[in-house]
Amino acid sequence: MSDLSVKIAGVEFDNPIIAASGTIGFGHEYGELYPLSVFGGISCKGTTLKERPGNPPPRIAETPMGMLNAVGLQNPGVEHFINVELPYLRKQGTVVIANAAGSTQEDYCRIAERLSDSDVDMIELNISCPNVKEGGAQFGTSPESVEKITAAVRPFCKKPLIIKLSPNVADIAEVARAAESAGADAVSLINTLTGMRIDIESRRPIIKNVTGGMSGPAVFPVAVRMVWQVKKAVKIPVIGLGGISNWQDAVEMMIAGADAIQIGTILFTDPYAPVKIKEGLLGYLETHGYSSVTELTGTVEV
Amino acid sequence: MKFDVQDCRLVSKKQLTPTIFSFMLEAPELAEITLPGQFAHILVPGKTLRRPISVCDVENGCIRIVFEIRGEGTRILAELEEGSTVNMIAPLGKGFEIPEGKKVIFIGGGIGVPPMLYSAKKAGSSCAVINGFRDKSAVILTEDFRKIGCRFVETTDNGSYGVHGFVTGPLEEMIEEYDMICACGPTPMLKNIAAAAKNHGKECFVSLEQRMACGVGACLGCAVGIRRDDGSVTYKHVCKDGPVFRAEEVAW
Repeated sequence: MSDLSVKIAGVEFDNPIIAASGTIGFGHEYGELYPLSVFGGISCKGTTLKERPGNPPPRIAETPMGMLNAVGLQNPGVEHFINVELPYLRKQGTVVIANAAGSTQEDYCRIAERLSDSDVDMIELNISCPNVKEGGAQFGTSPESVEKITAAVRPFCKKPLIIKLSPNVADIAEVARAAESAGADAVSLINTLTGMRIDIESRRPIIKNVTGGMSGPAVFPVAVRMVWQVKKAVKIPVIGLGGISNWQDAVEMMIAGADAIQIGTILFTDPYAPVKIKEGLLGYLETHGYSSVTELTGTVEV
Repeated sequence: MKFDVQDCRLVSKKQLTPTIFSFMLEAPELAEITLPGQFAHILVPGKTLRRPISVCDVENGCIRIVFEIRGEGTRILAELEEGSTVNMIAPLGKGFEIPEGKKVIFIGGGIGVPPMLYSAKKAGSSCAVINGFRDKSAVILTEDFRKIGCRFVETTDNGSYGVHGFVTGPLEEMIEEYDMICACGPTPMLKNIAAAAKNHGKECFVSLEQRMACGVGACLGCAVGIRRDDGSVTYKHVCKDGPVFRAEEVAW
């Protein structure tokens, strides 16, 4: 049988399918349906130093083959995460990735330091949330700002550090190189694309926050292109995400250059998607005679 | 099992008004564990987001949903034919919890009427039901509610059918005879009902709607403002904390 395991920044994953931050909370809900070990890893809900209430509703709008969200990093804070959520996650037989966010550089350093003292396997730095007024995306929109925040956090982060990149930039390869040169162990991309919908009767934005992050199948081609560009630009592992909806998309994303993938919005459409993607990916490897899923990565012929 | 995702057969489909449809979805295991006021999250072919629809009734191993065409998604659903497959996640959310022996008034407004049927049936003939509609053409489920054998009033805003006016009229007349109120409908109606309940010192529970994504409590999309004891506002979620909330805690 083909081997689905991958190693990202020294961390062993049973398979390359990771739940994307913000779509699975801390695992409890989907854990009612199947063992969470179906995921190679789980990137937890974006967590900040202190509890955040999030944005006022409505936070969700549908788009053609996708959706917008502006949840605004509602989360119970890092201490709650470590003391209450982490013990549950640790028992699930999957890699636990903390997703860390903040409003200031100091916040990011403090939360990375705090999480480094915990039992998480990796830290994913969320410098690309488009839905909060302070921080979030402002750290992720230029190579200079990404380099600065990564370099600042690096000394405080004792765990493998993933920088999650925003697609709302001029040159994603430059941004990825900046993260790598400042000490990132891996990059994940893409976070959501900033979008907007308007109710034509009230002429008001559907989302109270006005704009929201777009995800779902509609963004998949953008994600494939960016993962392909980033893979060519950096030597560190690349985690590809954005609109992956089935095993064929997962295969395509890996061929584009992803060492592992994340799935998010498809969980809302089909909660059993990870089970199906894992089976389909394995089937593809067997049919095509690959002994390991790692042989797929970056094999696109241009 | 708390909930599951299943392909269900659309056993029967009825059109109740030009825009409102009733589906019987065969799902014996899910029907068995469904409580009044819970909802089903229905997959619309070709759409990313499911549509949350309150359970109207549970009967013969089927979950009955009654929904209104509001946009493209519900239109696609309404076009499904009997015998086709509908994928749903159910049962979801916290419904109406009615303590033994409490006398309850169930109030539905418009498309908020369907979730009151299963709730009122469970409560039986000692409860009361007040259903309000825009006008005669929007009236639904009259026979189903009549069969419960409880006190039953229907109102229309323009007086074209039943009692002329809003549900709060009949509510004021009968509220003192009952212990608690359970309501679902447009926000202005719920606010008025909540105010009446407060004036009379009665418990009041309301079923709320919000744009929703996951339906299970993972994504935190379907937020509703909740007033804490200290007056500050926090957010709970319609899909997991609700859809039923204590009216007093809702930050309208």
